[in-house]
Amino acid sequence: MALDKPYADVPGTTVFDADMARKGYHLNQFCMSLMKAANRDRFHADERAYVDEWPMNEDQKQAVLDRDYLRMIELGGNIYFLSKIFASDGKTFVHAAAQMTGMPEDEYKQMMLDGGRSPDGNRYIGEK
Amino acid sequence: MARVTAGVTSSHIPLIGRVIDTGETSTPYWKPVFEGYEFTKAWLASEKPDVIFLVYNDHASAFDMRMIPTFAIGCAERFNPADEGYGPRPVPVIEGAPDLAWHVAQSVIQQDFDLTIINEMDLDHGLTVPLSLMFGQPEAWPCKIIPFAVNVVVYPVPNGRRCYKLGQAIRNAISSFDEDLNVQVWGTGGMSHQIQGKRAGLINKEWDKAFMDRLADSPDELAEIEHVEYIREAGAEGIELVMWLIMRGALGEHARELYRHYHVPASNTAVGHMVLEACD
Ligand SMILES: [Fe+2]
Repeated sequence: MALDKPYADVPGTTVFDADMARKGYHLNQFCMSLMKAANRDRFHADERAYVDEWPMNEDQKQAVLDRDYLRMIELGGNIYFLSKIFASDGKTFVHAAAQMTGMPEDEYKQMMLDGGRSPDGNRYIGEK
Repeated sequence: MARVTAGVTSSHIPLIGRVIDTGETSTPYWKPVFEGYEFTKAWLASEKPDVIFLVYNDHASAFDMRMIPTFAIGCAERFNPADEGYGPRPVPVIEGAPDLAWHVAQSVIQQDFDLTIINEMDLDHGLTVPLSLMFGQPEAWPCKIIPFAVNVVVYPVPNGRRCYKLGQAIRNAISSFDEDLNVQVWGTGGMSHQIQGKRAGLINKEWDKAFMDRLADSPDELAEIEHVEYIREAGAEGIELVMWLIMRGALGEHARELYRHYHVPASNTAVGHMVLEACD
């Protein structure tokens, strides 16, 4: 029997559940490797060679090289693990979050200053 | 005997740690966040807890996909701040309370909660940021800390009802420890925030406020909130609030709200902070 996923109708949200964890295992463990300074240096020196050391699929590797966080999330990345990538780039959670929403960073920051994204209209897929 | 005298809840946003460490707390953006902790700093200075049982979550620092304990209790004599990828925070070593921690582990497991016992782990912003918010930048932390890590990173996280009951079991455990100790239980995380996906940036002030309004007097209602409601209403990461229910369960049946602070935004998050006194 398939798992019950009552959260599947929440828009713009990927819950990091068992299926995603399975899918993203190697991507997430690659991210963890960046906790070590020596690995960060090797990664930044030759990103392609470094990701090739990991049994990720090509889509995952490409998403890492592109720093496409939304795509990495779709491919099983977990945001706290992915944070090791943007931290190693000297970037913040706000940077990554803004990128995932498709908003320029200053616009996203202003939205937060104005009280954040309202839940109204954002609770269910297809809600007006 | 040891007594749980009070509970504190607080957000634990990583950027707050950075701002404290670099001394930028009085900028217009950050001032209102930190001012909201002044009451608690003074209150803690007079309360002088011996031990803080600190409920927090690890953010892929001590634990990664190799090992994901749902509930983990730190029983070591001391713990270091974690290097989260940009060097460890310049904060004091965290002194544990191993005798009490082992006692709680045995008692709580006998009350049907399967805790993982940890004797070696580094502690990330989930634990160190609340300490910095509440104690500032001392040479050494003024009390012993028992780190209690809850998995809220890999779904499914434990539900609110289970967390509330776990808090009650922790209260039983602490109250049966044979040493005269003033113990506080802190619950960290939240409030509404979402840091992934197209819906990132979600904040729900009304929902957060209602959650705070019910924490002292109607925790059994809060304990019934399903995962999906946290995700839908408080954002994917708002689910961290189940950790506040562990704190509340540990205060016993009656608790009184002494103080609250709520501010939007800090980075991507609604900052929520409360102080509750145990009244049983
Ligand atoms: Fe957190």
